[in-house]
Amino acid sequence: MLSDYAPIAALLILTVGMSSLILFMSRIFGPYRPTARKLAPYESGMQPFGQAIRRIPVRFYRVAVLFILFDIEVIFFLPWAVIFRDLRVYGLVVMGVFFFVLTVGFVYEWKVGGLEWE
Amino acid sequence: MFQVPSLSDLNVAAALPAVVLALGACVFLVVDLFVPRERKHITAWLTAGGLSVSLVLALLSLTDVVTFGDGEEAFFGMYIADQFTDMVNVIVLVTSLLGVMVAYNYLDRTNMQRGEYYYLLLFTTAGVMFMGAAGDLVVVFVALELLSIPLYILTGFRRPQEQSEESAMKYFLLGAFSSAFLVYGLALVYGATGTSNLREIWQAVDSMVAGDTSAQFLLLTGAGLSLVGLGFKVAAVPFHMWTPDVYQGAPTSVVAYMSVAAKVGGFAALLRVLVAGMPNFMLDNGTSAAWMDVTWLLAAATMIVGNFIAIVQSDLKRLLAYSSIAHAGYILIGVAAAGVPRVADEATQAVLIYLMAYAFTNVGAFSVIIAVERDDASNTGLSSMRGLARTQPLLAAAMAVFMLSLTGIPLTAGFVGKWFVFKAAIAADLIPVAVIGVLTSVLSAYYYLRIVWMMYFEDGDGEAATPRPLAWAIGISAIGTLVFGFLPYLLSDMAREITLAFGG
Repeated sequence: MLSDYAPIAALLILTVGMSSLILFMSRIFGPYRPTARKLAPYESGMQPFGQAIRRIPVRFYRVAVLFILFDIEVIFFLPWAVIFRDLRVYGLVVMGVFFFVLTVGFVYEWKVGGLEWE
Repeated sequence: MFQVPSLSDLNVAAALPAVVLALGACVFLVVDLFVPRERKHITAWLTAGGLSVSLVLALLSLTDVVTFGDGEEAFFGMYIADQFTDMVNVIVLVTSLLGVMVAYNYLDRTNMQRGEYYYLLLFTTAGVMFMGAAGDLVVVFVALELLSIPLYILTGFRRPQEQSEESAMKYFLLGAFSSAFLVYGLALVYGATGTSNLREIWQAVDSMVAGDTSAQFLLLTGAGLSLVGLGFKVAAVPFHMWTPDVYQGAPTSVVAYMSVAAKVGGFAALLRVLVAGMPNFMLDNGTSAAWMDVTWLLAAATMIVGNFIAIVQSDLKRLLAYSSIAHAGYILIGVAAAGVPRVADEATQAVLIYLMAYAFTNVGAFSVIIAVERDDASNTGLSSMRGLARTQPLLAAAMAVFMLSLTGIPLTAGFVGKWFVFKAAIAADLIPVAVIGVLTSVLSAYYYLRIVWMMYFEDGDGEAATPRPLAWAIGISAIGTLVFGFLPYLLSDMAREITLAFGG
């Protein structure tokens, strides 16, 4: 049973081995003349400074979460829309339940002012 | 071209109590948006109504008066509507109804009266109901999230207060962590058996070749990780660290509800996954399931740690938090005993009986704390119990009943629960654990009876307020505790036919 996973193990070993090999080879055969500027982390040519963890207004997260909600809705709707003729009433009802739950969430979010920026 | 199922194949009616409740939660959510802020009592009454309807349906189904749907399986084997499901439903619905009653005035005086409270409670309840009925690992996980996520929000419901926010954050982070353990465990079980359906897992384990050690290893790891994830939900040692902090910081009405509901859900899922899914997973001895030893070790550790730490607590909510850890240990004995095939049914019934007894007792005990708690969440120290018998004789009597029941004194529901659990343990030859259980019960008498002593024999202000629905909740809990204590056959009759085995 565990031997079924052997290809995954092989892939893992190959990828790790291959990438370390490439890094190793380029270090041996390529020229290596480091300067402070070359070793600095690249940030679009800007002087990198400060912490990566900064305070970001929570509103952005809210927008992101709301986006996921509608994004997932579309992801589920699309395959259903492709074959909805074949699924007939069953598909319509099941999708209706899904849509009902989403709509409840949407009505709630609209009513409590989740869609307003300020 | 695959066969399109027809709507009647879903067998929705079999899941009627849970479906009614989930639908009710969605509808009340929309209704509540149009209820003005100062009249949120309407939502409370709607919620209580929805819970009552669902409870009546579950009771009818449990007593076999009405059979819903066609056969036990709904949603293509994802939902199992058997007696176990009915009993879990009844326990959690009673808890939720009491939870709404204790919240009614508490939310008013602490300025938290919002509609969200009630329908989040409904969503959690629906989560527990789906968890008890899970016929598939996917349902176990989705139901666990449906149970957990509203609880995270409810824990932080007293929003501007730091303690509440802190406890919500702790609960959320550790809860997310434990969910990851559970998913990993379920994935490994899937990997070992090739299916996520519990009945098929059971069949796959049965036909698993004895010499195939790699599949057994995967299954054992999967079962172990699931045990960790669910052990967190039920607050078993060593996954109990969050419990006291969360119970202390969260609004007391939430704690009254979640201390029981989360446990019911966690244990229902544990029983479904371990006892229904892999009771036949035996490594070499052939007499008990492979997960039994680790479960009884967890049970022993939980009882010992919970009871010993509870002794030194000076805050009532923290004390009851450790007490709830200890009780998770007693219930785990039942789960462990179910690892022996011939006792599996008896042990499953014992766990449910214990949970039913515990639901009334524990919600009752927390309701008394709500009665003595001040609006600013203070006065929950042990000293608030002093002199309560003089100022509030009825309240003190109820608290005494709850404390005796938590100790496990005869003629209370707590004794009945412990009796059945220990009986199952002895039948399963887990005598050392049963002995630890009895000894730690004796130990627990110290801190439970100290509260009774403080109420009756020490002087103090004994300030408390019991407005109408809260008084009902305390009354119902006390009556339930006593009735089940005097007439234990009510409980054992209710649970008599429950079995988790996939036989026929």
